[in-house]
Formats: sequence, C-alpha cells, structure tokens
Amino acid sequence: MPYPATDIAHGVDTLYEFLLIASFISCVLVIGGLILFAMKYRRRSEGEKTPYISHNTTLEFLWSFIPFVIFMVVFVWGWVIFHQFRSMPENALEITVEAQKWDWTFVYKNGRRTTGEFYVPVNEPVKLVMTSKDVLHSFFVPAFRNKQDVIPGRYTTYWFKANTEGNFQVFCTEYCGDKHSAMLAKVHVVSREKFDEWLGNEPYKGLSLVEIGKQIHQVRCSVCHTVDGAKNVGPSFAGLWGREEKLQNGEAVKVDENYVRESIVNPAAKVVSGFPAGVMPTFAGQLTEQELSGMIEFLKSLKK
Amino acid sequence: MATATAAGAEKNYLNEKSGLWSWLTTLDHKRIGILYMISVMIFFAIGGTFAMLIRWELFSAGKNIMDAKLYNQAMTFHGAIMVFMVIIPGIPAFLGNFFLPMQLGAKDVAFPRVNLMSWYCLIIGAAVAFFSLFYNGADTGWTFYTPYSINTQNGTVLLVTGAFIIGFSSILTGLNFIVTTHKLRAPGMSFWRMPLFIWALYSTALLQVLATPVLGITLLLLTAERLLGVGIFDPKLGGDPVLFQHFFWFYSHPAVYIMILPAFGVVSELIATFSRKTIFGYKAIALSSVGIAIVSFFVWGHHMFVSGQSQVAGIIFSFLTMLVGVPTAIKVFNWVATLYRGSVRFDSPMLFALGFLFLFTIGGVTGIMLATVGVDVHFHDTYFVVAHFHYVMVGGTLMAIMGGIYYWFPKMFGKMVNEFWARISFVLIFIGFNVTFFPQFILGAMGMPRRYFDYLVEYESLNRISSVGAWTIGVGFLIGLSVMVHGWLRGKPAGPNPWGGKTLEWQTASPPPHENFHVQPVVTAGPYEYR
Repeated sequence: MPYPATDIAHGVDTLYEFLLIASFISCVLVIGGLILFAMKYRRRSEGEKTPYISHNTTLEFLWSFIPFVIFMVVFVWGWVIFHQFRSMPENALEITVEAQKWDWTFVYKNGRRTTGEFYVPVNEPVKLVMTSKDVLHSFFVPAFRNKQDVIPGRYTTYWFKANTEGNFQVFCTEYCGDKHSAMLAKVHVVSREKFDEWLGNEPYKGLSLVEIGKQIHQVRCSVCHTVDGAKNVGPSFAGLWGREEKLQNGEAVKVDENYVRESIVNPAAKVVSGFPAGVMPTFAGQLTEQELSGMIEFLKSLKK
Repeated sequence: MATATAAGAEKNYLNEKSGLWSWLTTLDHKRIGILYMISVMIFFAIGGTFAMLIRWELFSAGKNIMDAKLYNQAMTFHGAIMVFMVIIPGIPAFLGNFFLPMQLGAKDVAFPRVNLMSWYCLIIGAAVAFFSLFYNGADTGWTFYTPYSINTQNGTVLLVTGAFIIGFSSILTGLNFIVTTHKLRAPGMSFWRMPLFIWALYSTALLQVLATPVLGITLLLLTAERLLGVGIFDPKLGGDPVLFQHFFWFYSHPAVYIMILPAFGVVSELIATFSRKTIFGYKAIALSSVGIAIVSFFVWGHHMFVSGQSQVAGIIFSFLTMLVGVPTAIKVFNWVATLYRGSVRFDSPMLFALGFLFLFTIGGVTGIMLATVGVDVHFHDTYFVVAHFHYVMVGGTLMAIMGGIYYWFPKMFGKMVNEFWARISFVLIFIGFNVTFFPQFILGAMGMPRRYFDYLVEYESLNRISSVGAWTIGVGFLIGLSVMVHGWLRGKPAGPNPWGGKTLEWQTASPPPHENFHVQPVVTAGPYEYR
C-alpha cells in the first residue's frame, strides 16, 4: 500500500490489515488441512477401505456460521468507511474537474485553470465536482485510497482532506483509449500560505510567449504530438510551421497562424491525411488568447 | 488398431463412422463434445498467445513490442476470447456434453439437433468476432463500456455481434441440459442420487438460460446505437452510460458463476474418486450450487461501487456479495473434509483438483476483500482485481478443466496419457500461475491501474516477475497439449475404469459405444458409494 495521506486512508489500511490477517489464517487452515489430510491419508495399498462419512450437521453449521459472522463484520466495517468516503463535507474548497481524452483539467472558483497538476491546502477538506467531455474516466489517487468514475453528461463528486504535504499521483482508472495509461496528473498538497500564493499568481508571470507555448505543449499536447519528428497519435510539431500539409479531402493547406488556431479550436475541420479524424478533442474555450498565441510562437520556434 | 484389445476392437463412437462429414453432421453428444474440445483448445491457444504478447509488452516500462493501439486490441481480444469462447463453453459444452448424459445413464441429450446447432453458433459467432480483426479490430476491452464503445472507430460491431451469436450457443446448451436432467435420468436415478457434476451443470444451465438473453439484448441495443444512432447509452444522444454497466453486469456477474460452478462439479468428482471415499456433505454441496446460482443474480452492482450508482445501492450489493461467500466457503470445507481418512492418490487429475483448492481459496478470500466496499474503492480497476479474477478463472476453472480432461481422457479415447509428463505440466502451470498473479495483488495494492499499456517505473520489477511466470504457464500448457496428443496417438489401453470411479460413465466401455451403454443401467444407490 502506498503512503496513506488522509485519515480515511489510515482507516482503510487498518481494515485491509484485518482482512489480510483473517485471510491468511483461513488460507492456512484450509490449505494446511488439505495438505495434512492428503499426505496423512495417502493411498498405501489398492483396495483400502475408507469410512463412510456422509455429513456432520454440527460441523457444517459451524463452518457456515463462523464465516458468515466474519463476513458481516467486514461488511459493516467496510460500510462505515464507504460512508466516510461518500459523505461530502460542508464548507469544503470546491474545484471543478474536467476530464477528457487524455488529460485532467482543474478549475478553481477564481477562474484559475490548470491541467495535469493541481494544488490543494493541507488539512482542509477539498471537494471535487467532476465531469467528462467524452467517455468514462475515473479519478484515482492511491494515497487517498479513493476513486470515483467521471461520467459525461453528469457530475460525480470526490472529497479528501490530505493530512500530509507532498505530491501524490493521480491515475485514470476507467479504460478510455490509446493513451489511457498516460492520463496522469499530480496533486500537490501544500501549506495554506503557499496555496494562496499559487492561487493568486498570474500563471505565466514573467514568461515569454514561446515559454508559455512550451508549457502548454507539455501538459496538454505532448501525449499525442511529439517535438522530435516521431509520429504519434497526431503529427509531430517538429518542422511543422510553414509546411504544406496534405489533407484527408485531398486539398493542401499551409501551416500558418489561422490553420493552427483552427486546428486547436475546431480540429475536425481540416484533418491531415494519414491521421484519423475525430481523435483530437476541441480546446475551444479552454485556452486564452494569450495561450493560443503562445502555442503559435512555440510552433514557430520548432521550425527547421 | 491392429493390436487393439478386445474392448478396443468393438464399435465405439469414434470408429463407428468415419470422415470429416460424419463429424460435422453428428448428433452424438460425445462427438459434439469432442468438436467443442478441439474448438475450445484452438481458441485457448489464440487467447493464450495474446496473453503472452501482453506480458511481453509489460515486461518493461515504456514501449516494448507494440504500441498502445495494438496493446489495447490484444487486451480486448485476450479477454473476449477467454471469456466467451474458452471459459464459458469450456466445461459445460465440452466435458458436460460428453459426460452429462453418461452420468445420468442416458443415450444422448434431450435435443441432439439443438446440441449440434449450439456448436455451430459458437463457431459462427467466433468467426464473426475474428472477422473484426480485418476491420481494425476492437479496442474496448471485453466489457464494451459505453460511450467509448459507441464512438471508437473500428470493428467493435463485429466483435459484439460475434459475442451475441455465441450467447445463443450458451443458451441452447443450457436448455438442453435442463431438459435432459429432468427427463432422461436412468431408472432409479433420483435427484439426490445425481453426481455433483450434474448438480453443478444443472445450476449453470439455469443461469445460462436466464441470464444470457440479457446480454443478447444489451449487445443488440449497443449495435442499434452504433449503427442507427438510437440514443440509449451515449449522453450526447440523451442516453445513460451507466445503464449499460447495469445491463452488462446483470448478465456478466451470473456469467462468472457460469464459469466457476461447473468447475466445482468437476472437482467434486475428482476429490471423491481419488480419495475413494463418499463426498462429505453431498446435499450441502449440491444445494450450495443452486444457492450460488440464485444469489448471483443480485450482486451485479459490486462491479459498480465507484461507477456513480447510489451509496445505498453500493451497500446493499456489498451485503449480498458477502452472502455468496457463505455457500462457496461451505463447498471448500466439504472438499477438504472429504480427504479426511480417505485413501488419497496423487494422479495428475487429483493434482489439478488439489491445485484448484489451493488457488481457489486464495481467489475466494481476496473476493471477500473486494466485496468489502470501503476497501474495494481502492482496489477497483487495479491489478488487485486482475489478480483476483485470474485466481478464480484460471486457478479455478482452467485447473478444473485440465483435471477433468486428464480424468476423463481414458474414457473419451480409451487410452492413458503419460502420467509423468502430465504431472510436469501441472507443476509448471501451478508454479507459473502463482509467480504470474501473486505479484499482481501487490501491484494492485500499490495502486497500479489495470488496462495500462505503460506504467510508472516503481511497478517494473513486479511486472517482470509476472511476465516470467506467464511464460512458465505457457510452457506448462504446451507440455499438457503434447501429453494429450501423445496419449491419443500412443497411449496404453485404459480399460473401462482405470481410476475406480463409481459414477455411471465408468460402467461402460472406453471409448463408449454409440449410445453409451450396451444395457440400460439401473441405479440403486448414491453416486459415491465407496464402502
């Protein structure tokens, strides 16, 4: 088990340890009995007589009833923990989570958006209101021992109160296609002061447009578009700027400012031949003008 | 057959007619059983090859031999083939077809033509499913979750249609078994004198008939949505993606018991015969099969604890799932108790039965962990689940199939297999299995999600161990196959009853004659009368 970073996670671990011990004891009893009987009563000569034992009501009652009692104990115990997972706290810090193939975006009340990582204050309850733009995803943080499917067309919720500062891994655990295993994110648990500072900060303070584009590429595009010329799900960005691209409908288009912008906000409009249509999701409304310009400058910088 | 013994020179079901056509049009349940045996083995080889490739890809982090697209297809086909074409038909349609009428003392199943048709359903369905490979395959996983399965661009419709057709094979076999069990029992064979293999097949048949149509309808709705754009599951069209999961698991959870109940039956036979002792708690084992079958209809929601279903539903499904644990535990205790003061021989079928008990016990206790809802929230969709269901499906069902094949091989072909190599195959499969899947419990507890083409480096060493184990299993099965082929070609004559079995199939020649028994058997006692 990974490090438990919430109080509930500690509770889960205690129950898990109980289950492990109980399971180990039952395995030793069953498998031990199996090996003991099989060896002790192995056939020594053909034609041996065996006793005719059809059943034993007391014994059968006991080995039905005792497991039943154990099962009920762990059932109720599990119920209690599940209830803690699913009872949303009042006054929690609310963050909206948007999942799409294949990244996680986190939106704060003040409008701050961040993709691939997000910050939360330590020792304060945080509530995530999650939805998906395309298919099913599932939000899983092993350190919190909790996961929740993220469903298109409705909201699901998830809460945690991290008790330790640190960076924790977020996985997508509902199969969502080619890059399912690359749909990762990090949750940074920091002190309240650091959190406030981060939340209030201009995200791109002091960065040039190229650097902004580079940052966006890393968190949002690099899963599908390489910068070293290798073909991935989508075309590589290396040397793309200014090139004539052949489209699926046979036309050709020059990669310029307008084409890049259109491909980001309406990717289905002009699909380069050799790549499937409908794979790239739209980023309309998700990038600011500054960020779009950053992407364009970044592509220019990759020109050969 | 020049040097055949007196028994072998007789007419039997194998040599009564010859030629491929006589096999393809046969109405003899034994020959249909053999047809199933061959087809299931071929499907198993294909599904197993996918498994080997998957483990090869997962040997190291990053890309090894295939890209994510191909990996997701391999993962989908491995699952779909193993579930729909190997484990579900494995015991009922193959061993059941052959031995259900024989253990009942009947000449054949109730509807021989329907029986043949169900085999053709399997073959046609499988052909349609494999045809999807020419249309860019399918990458949805065997569960076809919406809305991904509606939008992904490839041969998913063909794979779904294949599964739909194979469903009919399952339904028809189940129907046949129910009617046969009710109507064609030998004189004196009351329900309480039926072998436990029959009880298990009977319970399975009930599930097949009642649950499989739900899968059929679900897959039909999915196809309608894809081809005609009817909005049922896709939220873009006003549908509900979680509804699909309810429909799917309403079939697929009972299907888990379609896969494991027959294995319980096989193991009951093996334990009784090789301990030469009456089974402990016959009625408890028989009724627990029926009990599991009934309760299994009400536990589908435990696949959906984190799907967005209500908290109340999650708790109820957790409770009901715990209830399934009780009859399952009863069975395991009964088998162990049967060994007590028995006369135990370690022939290869018994090794597989003991291996089954070992692995299934681990599969069972981890099942209870997963049923504990507070803990499952962490384990759901991680490798812990993968390890758990492989312990049950492979460690349980496949071990039972192998044990069953070695047990009944002398009856089916009238020849013995090479015992030494049969035991070697057991040892490799058993050790390889634990090496493959035990590390996956740890990976799951560490949080590694399933269906991942690539993983974080901290998971690498355990994945390597797992891959090596998988290849060991592969070698074990290859040896097992050679043992069977060798036994079929060169095996020593077996005689009618090499293991000293008490059930009716051992009272006739090996291989059995066309209508099983020369004289109609009359039953005067229970199935395991060793006294």
